[in-house]
Amino acid sequence: MPTLCMTSALDITRSVNPPRAAFLDYPLGHTTGKPHQPQLQRQIMRAALEAFESLTAPGSVKLLPFVWSADETWKLQAFSGQDERTKRLDTPQYQSEQDRILAEKGGTRETNHCPSCAQWHGDPARAR
Amino acid sequence: MGPVQYIPRIRQQYSRLGYKPYEWVSNPQPPPWQPVRKPLAHSRLALIASGGIYVAGQVAFHHKDDTSFRAIPNTVRTADLRVTHFAYDKTDARSDPNVVFPIDTLRALVGEGFVGELADHAYTFMGGIYSARRVRDELAPRITQRVLEERADLALLVPV
Repeated sequence: MPTLCMTSALDITRSVNPPRAAFLDYPLGHTTGKPHQPQLQRQIMRAALEAFESLTAPGSVKLLPFVWSADETWKLQAFSGQDERTKRLDTPQYQSEQDRILAEKGGTRETNHCPSCAQWHGDPARAR
Repeated sequence: MGPVQYIPRIRQQYSRLGYKPYEWVSNPQPPPWQPVRKPLAHSRLALIASGGIYVAGQVAFHHKDDTSFRAIPNTVRTADLRVTHFAYDKTDARSDPNVVFPIDTLRALVGEGFVGELADHAYTFMGGIYSARRVRDELAPRITQRVLEERADLALLVPV
């Protein structure tokens, strides 16, 4: 199946060397656009998806023509200081307490219909 | 200023913090190639995203090499999407999940005829998995199987 990887980390992508990639020069966490800017998100996505047809050499990367901001100081700050990763815990890390309660009750009709996880089928008691 | 060079940046940071160097995946051989056989406007597209997106009601990802995935219906209400991850600033993703899970964007492109249709589900996982071997052997084959079962023509991968 033909694949296309978006990326905001050009050197990592070149090392992985996927068949096709589209690079967006934005800070990490914004691989497909800026928040609450749907028109820009669509422009980015059209430009990226167009690479399915325009890239013909395996390992090509299309450089998307979007700039995060005129001020590029964000580029100096990435990974330049302390380790900003949060502690890695092996229990489900919910965005909110309400999510945890909902999931532990067995989810909603929309979410408990399918094996949505590789290791369990919607029963939190059987997770891990 | 050109693109950020993450590999040396992270190597330097890990060294400064006293961590062992991270062993990046490197694939110097040309990648496998599947030519595109249909126009985008007639294609079924599967979205696969690694930013730790789940739907309220699903069990959230944990952060220690979680190799599970979630299937998210393409009709999901955006307001029901949640984000959990340990290695990136989730502020904007939680405010507008489309920055790492472009579901509204893709639905709009289907609406305007740019993309034919979306696969019934998008597939998400929490990509902060330090074992590349486990991704290759456990996670990737399962997601691949699901995407093939969905009869997608194209797969779009969105990492964070």
